Amino acid sequence: MDRALFPDGLERCSFGKFVLWMGFVSAFFLFGLYAMLLIFAKGIVVTGLDNYFGFGLWITFDLAVIALGAGAFFTGFLKYILKIDQLKNIINLTVIVGFICYSGAMLVLTMDIGQPIRAWFGYWHPNVHSMLTEVIFCITCYCLVLVIEFVPLVLEQKQLNKIPFLHHLAHNMHVNMALFAGIGAFLSTFHQGSLGGMYGVLIGRPYAFREGFFIWPWTFFLFVLSAVGCGPIFTVLCCTLMEKMTGRKLVDFKTKALMGKIAGTMLTVYIFFKILDTYAWANNYLPSIGMTFDQMFYGLVYGKWLMFTEIILCGLVPAIMLITPSIRNNPTLLYTAGILDCIGVSLNRYLFTVQSIAMPILPFDTWQIYAPNWAEWATSGMIVAYGVLVMSLSYRYLPVFPQERGMNK
Amino acid sequence: MVIDLDKCTGCGACMTACQVENNIAPMVDASNKMRTLSWMLVFELSNKKSGAEAEVAYLPRPCMQCGNPACVPVCPVIATEKNEEGGIVSQVYPRCIGCRYCMAACPYHARYFNWEDPIFPKGMEKALSPSTSARPRGVVEKCNFCHTRFMQAKDKARQDGGNPEGLADGAYMPACAEICPTGAISFGDVKNKEHKVFDLAQGKDAFRLLEKLGLNPQVYYVSKREWVRKLGDNYAATGKPGAAKKHS
Repeated sequence: MDRALFPDGLERCSFGKFVLWMGFVSAFFLFGLYAMLLIFAKGIVVTGLDNYFGFGLWITFDLAVIALGAGAFFTGFLKYILKIDQLKNIINLTVIVGFICYSGAMLVLTMDIGQPIRAWFGYWHPNVHSMLTEVIFCITCYCLVLVIEFVPLVLEQKQLNKIPFLHHLAHNMHVNMALFAGIGAFLSTFHQGSLGGMYGVLIGRPYAFREGFFIWPWTFFLFVLSAVGCGPIFTVLCCTLMEKMTGRKLVDFKTKALMGKIAGTMLTVYIFFKILDTYAWANNYLPSIGMTFDQMFYGLVYGKWLMFTEIILCGLVPAIMLITPSIRNNPTLLYTAGILDCIGVSLNRYLFTVQSIAMPILPFDTWQIYAPNWAEWATSGMIVAYGVLVMSLSYRYLPVFPQERGMNK
Repeated sequence: MVIDLDKCTGCGACMTACQVENNIAPMVDASNKMRTLSWMLVFELSNKKSGAEAEVAYLPRPCMQCGNPACVPVCPVIATEKNEEGGIVSQVYPRCIGCRYCMAACPYHARYFNWEDPIFPKGMEKALSPSTSARPRGVVEKCNFCHTRFMQAKDKARQDGGNPEGLADGAYMPACAEICPTGAISFGDVKNKEHKVFDLAQGKDAFRLLEKLGLNPQVYYVSKREWVRKLGDNYAATGKPGAAKKHS
């Protein structure tokens, strides 16, 4: 029925099957949409947040998807600026994943702020001393860059590309893509860093506070490194999931392994500095304010096992796996390392968000427990569903994978 | 502000006066204490001993109006400022976007989010403070040492031919200090030698909460009991008050 819209020479599942799939995902999307409308109507009182946990699942989700979406800017930087040509096989997918992650994160942020109608105040009354101001500027600007990077791919859709103007527009945008890749790399590096800086400057939250270099706490650099250490491999995982679901080969394993090598190298650099940072924090900073490493953890929910899982099991282990060629070149081990890597970075964002504010700083205060409620889960699920819908449409109608035709003859 | 914890009985009058003065609406359902608005909150402290040795103390916690506030530099929209005139950390309600970053920054939990629009029960609107604005849903609010009273005291000084920049001791008094039945809360300019709080804040039993974090809080507490003073900060590294290395 919609065969005329498929990319040239490629097979896709039947229209009925596609509609069923889209309907299934849309059910989650619509449930989340209902929660979102409820939140806009009644305010965030319908969530599980409170005065202790001003930040919760949403901010964790935002930070995690922004880190996982870092494959877009970093791969773009390597492809267009450092000219690693092999990455052309996966660059389109990194752009789509990045676009989904960033646009989804922005949608969550509009729900998260208490006065969504004032969201533009970040531009109108910017506080140049706030890391969050920098995040607001860079995320919105970078999202526009991702739109600019996504548009040529949409214009290459078989029917649209027959229109001469759109064909030339797409071509010219491709020609100038290095410029946008450069802008994207600049913007993205800074806001990934500023997201870390947001926590590092919290002088009243010992779990998060870090000293640093000039105005940037060490978390600024650690967040940049961890994002580029997981973003590329997250794209590989998305690609592999799509291959499993569609039963078609989309990207050659050599490219995937290269992405794994890139992520692994950055993850290794990150985890080296993360361990140093954690050691210095536990042995120098915490004693200086009269606190101990043990005080940072409590029971099972806030136990030390979380930090050790983050740094060792989901940090050091995947870093070693990804930089070791014999392990990296085994598909199962590459994907296992990738999954561990992505869990580790997401766990890092969770700990900085929730553990930091759950911990009592006043000696007579107590640990508090936070549990996200259905409205937060539903809206977060909505973003995932939105991503799946965009990805499904893109895969079906756009020429995302340049190698697909050759690999599925 | 200087609060004598040995005088505080934990009666909660300061909390009530604060709510009335600042037009804090009663919540429809206040069962979740993590969502109530308590600009002034009284904590109960215990020496964790039993029998005849058991002691309690009560610690009223307003905003510390920090000299180096954690909340001010993080606000993305300059909705909160450290006011040089009077040193009060302000909150600009019409500008706040409700991101709650300031709440995450404050270790004293002195900042509160408006989860719902304020609804005043019938008749209560007649008793509202005319000079204090009510806040809408979705913004952060906090203790401001009854800032409108500060403005009124300065206006009065001008009318009386006095110096509005050098108010006399007692000319400006927040509602909590005014109502405290035991006189536990003293208020004035801590830098002015003519004010009572100047000497109180310099006393050997005076301390501030979480001094080692470097926030320079402007609320001083006084207690002759060492275990109370020790609860003002973390001493895990040394076990003794005041002995830990100061972090800059």
